[in-house]
Amino acid sequence: MNEPTTVVHKLDPNKWIDNYSDYLYNYAIVRVNDHDLTKDLVQETFLAGLKSAKNFEGKSTERTWLISILKRKIIDYYRKINSKKGQAEIRMNFYEDGENEGSWLEERVPQSWDHEAEKKIETVELHNQIDDCIDYLPEKYAMVFRMKTIQEMETEDICKELDITPSNLWVIIHRARTQLRKCLEDNWFNN
Amino acid sequence: MFKKLEITCDEATTICDKNQYGEASLLDKIKLNNHFIRCKICVLYTKQNTMLTKIYKGKAKADQKYKATLCMSNEEKEKLRKELEKLRA
Repeated sequence: MNEPTTVVHKLDPNKWIDNYSDYLYNYAIVRVNDHDLTKDLVQETFLAGLKSAKNFEGKSTERTWLISILKRKIIDYYRKINSKKGQAEIRMNFYEDGENEGSWLEERVPQSWDHEAEKKIETVELHNQIDDCIDYLPEKYAMVFRMKTIQEMETEDICKELDITPSNLWVIIHRARTQLRKCLEDNWFNN
Repeated sequence: MFKKLEITCDEATTICDKNQYGEASLLDKIKLNNHFIRCKICVLYTKQNTMLTKIYKGKAKADQKYKATLCMSNEEKEKLRKELEKLRA
């Protein structure tokens, strides 16, 4: 009987740009939504790949190995923005203490929407408005919201990728969605 | 028994948000519906939230199509190629 053969993959940095730059770029752009930042992340990934090429054991493909480096770069970026002071704050929608704890703050109570605006939900202008509203969110909220809602990733995968717990994720999604709802109400539906 | 099912508006809207992704549990949904009996604001939030989910899905589709076409320019790739070559030399 033949022994199963194990494929040992090799690195070929000469072909990285041609073979993987678009793939890595696409992987990162949906997560960070910024061309320059994505470009930097791709560059850092290749540089880190070169520096640690001697540690490549050949157990995974070149592409998988480069993606794992890029994932770490994205987590580093996420941690950086998470700890950055002075970032946009999320506005509270509910009383945080007292006998009304957990109830809607009066000024944040949802209002009925204009029916005419409700009919125009497939327009490019509305999609642009959503982008504007997402940009008002703190970066980590925007990133988690995009990964879950726009990129439609699984909760487990986002948690693994960003090293957060599912309850963290749902708090972020909840705060992001309530803030976005208010932003769209003020700037689109009742504008 | 019903006391255990009582939740605040903050909790109700959190469940509602989770439900938009099909990830609320059965108990969550029971609590949410119980909350709806006495809170019309959260009913309105849920109605609007469901509509927003539909809008976000449309945007997700459009974005995925658009972003699949994005990449670095040839000049940017060339610059990066030179950086890497410098590092390897």
